[in-house]
Amino acid sequence: MDWVDYLIRSVVAVVVFAAILGTCTLLVWFERRGAAWMQVRVGPNKAGPFGLLQTVADAVKLLTKEVFVPDSADPLVYRIAPLLSLLPAFLALTIVPFGPGFHIGDRYVPMQIADLNIGILWLLCMSSIAVYGYILAGWSSGSKYPLLGAVRQSAQVISYELVMSLAIIPVVIWAGTLSTSGIVEAQSRYHWYVVPLIVPAIAFFVSGIAETNRPPFDLVEAESELVAGAITEYGGVRFMMFFLAEYTNIITISAITTTLFLGGWNGPILFGTIAGWSVVPLWGLFWFLLKTGVLLFVFIWVRVSLPRLRYDQLMTFGWKIMIGVNVAVVLAVSFVIALMEQGALPMFWAPPGR
Amino acid sequence: MQLGDYLPIAVMGLLALIFGGASYVLSGLLAPRKPTPEKLQPYECGIVPEYEPPQRFPVQFYLIAVIFIAFDIEVIFMYPWAVRMRDLGMFGFALMGSFMVMLIVPLIYIIREGVLDWAPRRRHSRDELIARYRAEHEAAAREEAA
Repeated sequence: MDWVDYLIRSVVAVVVFAAILGTCTLLVWFERRGAAWMQVRVGPNKAGPFGLLQTVADAVKLLTKEVFVPDSADPLVYRIAPLLSLLPAFLALTIVPFGPGFHIGDRYVPMQIADLNIGILWLLCMSSIAVYGYILAGWSSGSKYPLLGAVRQSAQVISYELVMSLAIIPVVIWAGTLSTSGIVEAQSRYHWYVVPLIVPAIAFFVSGIAETNRPPFDLVEAESELVAGAITEYGGVRFMMFFLAEYTNIITISAITTTLFLGGWNGPILFGTIAGWSVVPLWGLFWFLLKTGVLLFVFIWVRVSLPRLRYDQLMTFGWKIMIGVNVAVVLAVSFVIALMEQGALPMFWAPPGR
Repeated sequence: MQLGDYLPIAVMGLLALIFGGASYVLSGLLAPRKPTPEKLQPYECGIVPEYEPPQRFPVQFYLIAVIFIAFDIEVIFMYPWAVRMRDLGMFGFALMGSFMVMLIVPLIYIIREGVLDWAPRRRHSRDELIARYRAEHEAAAREEAA
C-alpha cells in the first residue's frame, strides 16, 4: 500500500458519497411517488418529468427557509446535533462491498471504501453512536415533544441494536470472519445465507427498520402524539440534515442486508469479457444494486401497508420474541456447524476452502 | 491491516461534514432572518406553551438502559467466539451453550418480574372481561324485556 492506493480508495469514497446523495434524492422521490401509486393517488408530478426533480425543489426550498434557535434551546448542541446524526450514517456505509475489485494496469481498485477485518464491529459501532444525534437534538431543544421523542427513540434503538447484533452472529459463525468482503466471498455465486439463515435474515431486516425509525416502528415521530419527535423544533437546513441521515440509514440497512444475507454482489451471471476487459465487476455491481433496490422497495412497501405499533407492543416484540428466537437460532446454528465440523453432517453452504 | 485502511473512512467522514457545513453556510447566505418573540417560543400547536418539559419519566426507560448494557456486552462477547466457532467444534458449542443459559435465565427472570411490561398490568384476563360484559348486556336486555 503506497499513497496511490490510498488515493484510489479516497476517490472511491468520493464516488460513493456522490452516489449516495443521488440515491437519496431518488429514494425520497420514489417514497412519495410510489406511496401515491400504491394508495391510488397522483403524488408529486409537477417538478420535472414524473416529478423526478421534486426532491431537488424541496432541497432548494429548505435551504432558503429561515433557521433560528428557540429561546429554550442550548445553542451549540442544537446546531451541531444534525451533523452528529449525519456523520455515522455515512460512516456505516464505508464497509459495504459494492462489487468485486478490478485491476487497472497493476493497480487494484476495490469497489469498497474500507475493507476492514473488523467490518461487522465497525457497523455495530456506527449504528450505536447514530442515536447520539437524535438524543442531543431532543435534549437541546428544551421543549417537551422533542425530549419525549428522544427518550423513546434511544430506548427503541438500543433494544433493536441487541436484536441486530444477535442476528449477525449466525452469519459470522457460518463465514468464520468479521470482514464484509470475506462474508460476500463465502457466499460464492448463489450460496446466499438467506437460505440456511432465513430467520436471522428476517430478524436483521426487521430490526433494521426499527433502527431507522421507519414505519411501522416510527413511534419516535408518531405525528398524532409527538408532532415530529426529536426533530420537532428543527427547520430549514438543519431539518434537511436529519432527513438526509434517515434516508442514508435506509440505504445502509438495505446494502448491509444484501451483503450479509443476499450474497452481496454474487449473482447467477458473473462472467464475460468486452474487448478483452472482464465485465465481472459490472455484473457484480448490477446484482448488488438490484438486490439493494428490491430491499429499498420493501422499506417503502412496508411503510405504506402496515399500521404503526403501540409502544408496549414494540418493546414486547423486541425483547420477548426477537431476542428469544435469535438466541435459539444462534445455539442451533452453532450446534449444526459443530456437527458438520465433526463429520456427522455433510458440509453444505460452506465457505470456500472447506 | 494497518491504520492506513481507515484513511478512506476519514475521507468519507470529512466529505459528510463538508457537505453539512457547506449547506449551513449556503442557508446562512440565502435564508432570511427575522426572529420574533413568538417565533422563538418552543413548539406548542399554535398556543403559548404553559408547561415546562417533563422532569419525571416512566422508570421503564431507565430499566431498559440498564438491561441493555448487561445484554449488549454479553452479545459482544459472542463475536470472538463466533469467528472461531468452526475450529472450536463441539467444545465451543458446549461453552457457549452454558453461557447462553446464563443469558436466558436472567431474561426470563426480568420478564417474570414485569420489567418489560409497559402497559399497566391487567387485573382481569380478556375472557373474563368478555364474560362480564356479556352478563351485564344480557341482564340489561332482560330488564328491558320485563
